[in-house]
Amino acid sequence: MLEHYLSLATKAIFVENMALAFFLGMCSFLAVSKKVDTAVGLGAAVTFVLAVTVPLNNLLYNLLLREGALSWISADFATLDLSFLTFLTLIGTIAASVQVVEMALDKYAPALYSALGVFLPLIAVNCAILGASLFMVERDYNFAESAVFGIGNGIGWALAVIALAAIREKMRYSDVPPQLRGLGITFIVTGLMAIGFMAFAGIQL
Amino acid sequence: MNKKQKEALLDPLFNNNPISLQVLGICSALAVTTKLETSVVMSMAVIGVTAFSNLSVSLIRNLIPPSIRIIVQLTIIASLVIVTDQILKAYLFDVSKQLSVFVGLIITNCIVMGRAEAFAMQNTPGDSFLDGIGNGVGYSLVLIFVGFFRELLGSGKVYGITVLSPVTEGGWYTPNGLLVLAPGAFFLIAVFIWINRAWKPDQIEAVE
Repeated sequence: MLEHYLSLATKAIFVENMALAFFLGMCSFLAVSKKVDTAVGLGAAVTFVLAVTVPLNNLLYNLLLREGALSWISADFATLDLSFLTFLTLIGTIAASVQVVEMALDKYAPALYSALGVFLPLIAVNCAILGASLFMVERDYNFAESAVFGIGNGIGWALAVIALAAIREKMRYSDVPPQLRGLGITFIVTGLMAIGFMAFAGIQL
Repeated sequence: MNKKQKEALLDPLFNNNPISLQVLGICSALAVTTKLETSVVMSMAVIGVTAFSNLSVSLIRNLIPPSIRIIVQLTIIASLVIVTDQILKAYLFDVSKQLSVFVGLIITNCIVMGRAEAFAMQNTPGDSFLDGIGNGVGYSLVLIFVGFFRELLGSGKVYGITVLSPVTEGGWYTPNGLLVLAPGAFFLIAVFIWINRAWKPDQIEAVE
């Protein structure tokens, strides 16, 4: 049983890394990877939000949206299929969770709140968050699996963004062709990192 | 068509391309481009959603209270994406299966949200609609460029038709597997940016 979850977590962190294998969360991945400090803050925030929203969306999908899910209210609803509302529900949960997380941090952990700053609200439109929930629906994970999947994806994404930020800090001293400066070379570096992460393929615990 | 409308429509193609200059909507651009067919379908979906979300946001821009505008925009976009998803499932089921979660991810595609926030909130519905089409087409250009080369060099085909006959089927071409995998897409976008900026030198970024 434990092996199953360990293997799921390894897969989410390394083999199917959100950023490098599925290209999710690329916009903020490229935009905030200029400094290691901010990358660490954003990575932590993304991990936290993923850990909350994926299991929450899993409950919502299984108890309200999927075909026959409403049968716990009354047998009349057993044939109801609300899955066409999936996108709207998922994004609603994410926007709401980000808001709640923001308010809770502001009240109980002001130091962390000010460290994360503007990145916290921006997480609502980070495709890694919605992507993880959509993968959870598509792959039919149960509650425990989706919790592991969410946390693993968050750690994987954070790992990738921190590594890229470290490389970009060093790259300030290199002589890049002017047309490639900034965005272009960042893409090439990300591509090379993706090749590196492909070495993890096939790892099974 | 006046000058402003022309700019709204044509500027996003090369001068202010959403992907290579505004750094918007890269997530889906990379993931769906292993084949030309999925790239084209994805482009159509994004052009439609961007144009109509710009139009709808612009129509009600004076009625939206500023404090909840993000939620309103997200709801409009999510509803349009649901419609797109249902249409794809009904008429292009195979492609919709290949696109898997990436149709849903149009919701968080920063192009749609970014244009709604940056353009449609300040401009008339007509201009916003054109801006939406322009940005959608600018995004499609990159998508089709990347999709074309990934399919041609990665599997020797263009739009599913064999052009370079691969060795596995008795031909001469050895497919470059790297281009089908994730890193190939990153390199191709870098090449697109390189060409675009060599042509338009004013887009070159300053030294940090």
